[in-house]
Amino acid sequence: MTARIAAAIAGLAILAALPSVVPTYFLHLLIQILLWGFIYTAWSLMGRFGFVSLGHGAFMGVGAYVPALLWNYEGVTPWLGIPLGMLLSALLALVIGYPCFRLKVVGHYFALVTLALSQVVMLVIVAARDVTGGSLGMTQKLAGHSWYALQFPEKGYFYGIVLVVWLGGLAVWQWLDRGIGREALEAISEDEEGAASIGISILREKLRVTVVSAVLTALGGALYGQYLMYLNPESVSGISVSLQIVFAAIAGGMYTLLGPTVGALLTLSLTEGLRVYFGTHFIGAANTIYGILLILFIIFMPRGILGLIEAIGARRPRATAAPAE
Amino acid sequence: MNSSANPTWGSSAVDLFLVEAMVDGLLLGGVLALLALGLNLIFGVIDVVWIAYADLVMCGMYMVYWLHAYYGWPLALASVAAIAGVALFGVLVHLLIIAPVLGSAPINQLLATGGLLYFLQSFATLLFGTDFRNVGVRLPVIEVGGIYVSYARLIAFVAALLGAIALYLFLRRSYLGTAIRAISQDREIMGLMGVDQRRIYLITSAIGGALAGLAACLLALQYDVHPFIGNTFGPLIFMICVLGGLGNMLGGFIAAFIISQIISIGGYYFSTEFSYVLAFTLFIVLMFARPRGILAR
Repeated sequence: MTARIAAAIAGLAILAALPSVVPTYFLHLLIQILLWGFIYTAWSLMGRFGFVSLGHGAFMGVGAYVPALLWNYEGVTPWLGIPLGMLLSALLALVIGYPCFRLKVVGHYFALVTLALSQVVMLVIVAARDVTGGSLGMTQKLAGHSWYALQFPEKGYFYGIVLVVWLGGLAVWQWLDRGIGREALEAISEDEEGAASIGISILREKLRVTVVSAVLTALGGALYGQYLMYLNPESVSGISVSLQIVFAAIAGGMYTLLGPTVGALLTLSLTEGLRVYFGTHFIGAANTIYGILLILFIIFMPRGILGLIEAIGARRPRATAAPAE
Repeated sequence: MNSSANPTWGSSAVDLFLVEAMVDGLLLGGVLALLALGLNLIFGVIDVVWIAYADLVMCGMYMVYWLHAYYGWPLALASVAAIAGVALFGVLVHLLIIAPVLGSAPINQLLATGGLLYFLQSFATLLFGTDFRNVGVRLPVIEVGGIYVSYARLIAFVAALLGAIALYLFLRRSYLGTAIRAISQDREIMGLMGVDQRRIYLITSAIGGALAGLAACLLALQYDVHPFIGNTFGPLIFMICVLGGLGNMLGGFIAAFIISQIISIGGYYFSTEFSYVLAFTLFIVLMFARPRGILAR
């Protein structure tokens, strides 16, 4: 245990020191990895209990567009806009989650209802093109270096913010893990009637994890918007980003704390690597290979990279202990 | 869309345009129903949702485009080739992607075909670029009692209905069709009855592919082809199948017309995006009201 804590502290020290040594491009990649790692972690909070949502694009879209629109049109600081977007996402999660869990909409059906939700949010953003710019996207009004507007031209600031938020996401995961909630949810995902019979409030536990997951995803969406300073309905909502979230979380391994982040590291280095390798001559080449790898992942490694490593570790207990990083 | 209603054409009452929108919706519903039948057949028999089903349609449309517009094959021949090609493609999808995950969790099966969606769209972008390509067949617009109806849509509707009837007769009348229906009712027992499950799965995938190929030929007459055209129809087709009750053919058929009417009437009164919002919202609400489909008892 002390070895794990030491490894965690060493890892954190490295992460904190990185901005002063790596070039800007890699800092940009690191920010993206941590940011998406946070969003994938938020999705996995639900996913690991068997609620596979294809609707997280909806929460991300709401989280990203609400503060951006409030800032551009009303001059409201993102410090208010972001919590508002998170609140709206929580409401959306309740409106969808409550009937789903109440009426036992599960499996394929849950995936498709949430998919419809993410399409609805995307289409509303596109349809409201007078304020959102439609599919052309929108940019936030520039304010230079400003804490009030949460805009920083220097990447170092965003790295710090995203690092803290990512750690917060891991803390939430641990918090859900420690509490009675996880055991309750695991019992539910194995045997719902049995869990209910020993007095677990199924509905409340499911809704709690869904709302937490939605709120964190909205925060991730908001930071994504603040960092890139450009929003596009396709990139923060709808079917493609929802699938992207699910794939990366699964690729890394949604059952382990660092799995989703490893998923972000894997998928982003893969897409970036392929993009650099193929250049702009073969548009689509990188994504083609990415698609093939996704299929292979699902077929051969349904528990993800970290899941695989842990499975091997469990089979040979004398080999190296579970990797901390 | 090259056949949408144009309000400046006639001096007729506004209502006529609404009727025109409804007729358009009805005609679109035929093709959607055909696709819903294919997806439903695969779900009912193999118990897997092909998220990438609409992207098989995209492949078929490219086949029609290249064979007809580029290599100059006659349209009928190109269409037959596209149907056969997509049918073969369906078999490959089953062998390479579905068969290895048949024993996994349902959601992994869904995601494996989600990976296929990603692959097909990117591969099409790599091969053909993101240009919109038109097959280049210009069919006339005919007027019936003040209503303008696109001939391409009319053909699509009739052909889709014929395709649906052919499928119905095949499933009801032929020995193979009976075996397919039986396996969709009880997977375990049919092995004991001497039905080769693997073979039935392959045949079902081929039929599902052929239906997607037929839909591709019909849609190629109305829409430009581009790598992401599957995203236009894909989510709609799932909604339709689920509304009808996954695996329920008749339900899917009826749901296709309900959804297409909502889209065309909604598009007439509001905007296209809003009509889709309406359709998806109705889908969510109906999922809660009738979780096992509109025809569920």
